[in-house]
Amino acid sequence: MADPLLRLRGLTKAYPGVIANDDVSFDIGTGEIHALLGENGAGKSTLVKMIYGLVAPDRGEMRMNGAPFAPPRPSAARSAGVAMVFQHFSLFDALDVAENVALGMEDPPKPRDLARQIREVSENYGLPLDPSRLVGTLSAGERQRVEIIRCLLQDPRLLIMDEPTSVLTPQEVEILFETLRKLKSEGTSILYISHKLEEIRSLCDTATILRLGKKVDTCTPAEKSARELAEMMVGASFATPEARAHDPGAVILSVSNLSLPAPGAFGTPLRDITFELRAGEVLGLGGVAGNGQDELLAALSGERLAPAGTIRLDGQDISRANPVARRDAGLLSAPEERLGHAAAPNMSLIENGVLTAARREGLVSNGLISWPKARAFAEKVIAQFDVRTPGPGTAARALSGGNLQKFVIGREILQRPRVLVVNQPTWGVDAAAAAAIRQALLDLAAEGAAILCISQDLDELMQISDRFGALNEGRLSTIHPVAGLSIEKIGLMMGGAHDMEVAHVAE
Amino acid sequence: MDLGSINPILLVASIMVSATPILLAAIGEMVVEKSGVLNLGVEGMMITGAVVGFAVAVNTGSPVLGFAAAALASAVLSLSFGVLTQVFLSNQVATGLGLTLVGLGLSALIGKPYEGMKSPTLPKLDIPLLGDLPVLGRMLFSHDIMVYLSLALVAAVWAFLKFTRAGLILRAVGESHDAAHALGYKVVRIRLMAIFFGGACAGLGGAYLSLVRVPQWTEGMTAGAGWIALAIVVFASWRAGRVLIGAYLFGGVTVLQLNLQAAGARVPVELLSTSPYLITILVLVLISARGIHGAPACLGRPFHASS
Repeated sequence: MADPLLRLRGLTKAYPGVIANDDVSFDIGTGEIHALLGENGAGKSTLVKMIYGLVAPDRGEMRMNGAPFAPPRPSAARSAGVAMVFQHFSLFDALDVAENVALGMEDPPKPRDLARQIREVSENYGLPLDPSRLVGTLSAGERQRVEIIRCLLQDPRLLIMDEPTSVLTPQEVEILFETLRKLKSEGTSILYISHKLEEIRSLCDTATILRLGKKVDTCTPAEKSARELAEMMVGASFATPEARAHDPGAVILSVSNLSLPAPGAFGTPLRDITFELRAGEVLGLGGVAGNGQDELLAALSGERLAPAGTIRLDGQDISRANPVARRDAGLLSAPEERLGHAAAPNMSLIENGVLTAARREGLVSNGLISWPKARAFAEKVIAQFDVRTPGPGTAARALSGGNLQKFVIGREILQRPRVLVVNQPTWGVDAAAAAAIRQALLDLAAEGAAILCISQDLDELMQISDRFGALNEGRLSTIHPVAGLSIEKIGLMMGGAHDMEVAHVAE
Repeated sequence: MDLGSINPILLVASIMVSATPILLAAIGEMVVEKSGVLNLGVEGMMITGAVVGFAVAVNTGSPVLGFAAAALASAVLSLSFGVLTQVFLSNQVATGLGLTLVGLGLSALIGKPYEGMKSPTLPKLDIPLLGDLPVLGRMLFSHDIMVYLSLALVAAVWAFLKFTRAGLILRAVGESHDAAHALGYKVVRIRLMAIFFGGACAGLGGAYLSLVRVPQWTEGMTAGAGWIALAIVVFASWRAGRVLIGAYLFGGVTVLQLNLQAAGARVPVELLSTSPYLITILVLVLISARGIHGAPACLGRPFHASS
């Protein structure tokens, strides 16, 4: 690595009230997989935006192969050989694969040639994809392939990947890693952003760790333990959730043969879902995004009514009850989408507290809201769940993702639910906040509540669940105790191959 | 009633004339909405086009100059909407309604001296061969140039959106402005261009009313044509071909009910007068009830390039 592909020196970028990057310097060598590690708000995305030309640095310089590199806009970065696979926000659902690819290219070929090139590249790198499919109908893994192929068609010298594995099954992760290693062997450099430490240790040659906008260290991740890396990221050691004795009580929630048609063109139907949830247990449901997670939560919370007789709480049929009635009966839920679904972005935390806690916490009397009580409730959530906010009157949208998530989960937990359904409770939340949320869920279960945790983070599910099942195309796999599950078996459950195995055994 | 008094040749010919203003306004608005902007000011832009086109045509004696001035005036007016909503992030619905009110008031002011005057109008084209066909010649091939231009515009918009890269980018911006921005496309600039085009089309539609269809100036003469254009875009599921169907359907029923009134049909006049609106909406609802609706995902949502 005599002459690094990209050399960053003293990059600084300040936004009003916060320094996103403070004097960050490191090198990315040719043919190197370089990890960029850090918590939310550590300045990873700002740094990447500067390299990709979306944001101009206040100070500092970048050099590519020794020559000054300061892309004024993404197209300039792309023509210099920098390509980026985004975490979200860069695909168009209503357009097909080829159109999506064409939009990300500087000088796309004719549609027919492009379709042929997409097929070629997708076969070369083991990423099967049909150019004429609508992107809205693709799974998360397939959508990521669209982005990767869009980048590969431009022969990038540096490929930036922003949290690429957060939505993939273990098998898909392996395919992705094979692709990345192949690219590396061809001389392409990769800047790999993630907070999954084991991945970084197995894949990356070098890692740069950011904390609060500053570089902590550049190291060889294979030589560090995951614990050491995590501590560099967080800066203080954090508590891992406690394991606890599993003593399941009586069945509280039982779901039997729940089927629901898909809610829209891009939704997933629920197919014959059956499970039981006992007091004091945590049931973890894994599965790749878009396999019925949102639909299951909607059916349980009462946003969509289920066929009569399919959902019972304490033996009472609540399938046709509306969300308010279900909340009164003790079935609470926290959906995945924080802004817009779990919380109203422009309303204050006090108002957001009233929205779900009004009846259970007695914040309303004679149809009038008691604002002192509402404020007290919001303050209690903020205090108990360490929500970092100027005050309870702050608008929900002003909170960072992790803090809002702590508020949303805390708001439900403090209402003493009998059953709590959560979807992606720690998605996009930094490690310390995630640990706090998981501990709160475990404490709630220890007090006798039943918890259904839907998540795409397998480590999380393994950590907190007593039993585990997976959703695949709206079907629920057989549920197994977590103890004794191997990652291969989980992958098969998530991939839907599990039923065949059962059928085979039954013969 | 005497149905024999309705001449089918004249009927079809007048349908084409009566549909053209709405077709022009609707195809322009469709492009605007495809880029993700909801401009409710079509009515205001149309009537501004009507009065400016009329005034310029009367003063210069040239209807072609009138059309050009109308397109320019409405496009500039629409740009005020564009700057307010795209740069200053004002609410699109409120600003669009405001644009309609401004257009109606402004046109009444400008048009006061021109009431009761008659403008020069566009000549009917004399198309060789086609115009001489026995029935079809009178029906389809002896109109003024704007009728054919409006049809060509529909085809051009369809091809632009379907086959060109610029059209793909326009659709992408309307589909997800965040994604388009992340890829480096200039969302605001693209939307301003779409708004400008939509304004020009609405202006042409308005001028067609005051210069060809009527042809004179009366206050409030668009009489809701802009709103019908908006409704047609929605019910046409944002497709150029269906916009054409919708506009011709509305024009057709309008002309037919006038003919029926003249022929003394035993149906209340009020019912006949409302029939174009009712039937157009009914048919387009039936068309769009099947299949996907295809509204651009970012329609009406404000875009701010927060970094």
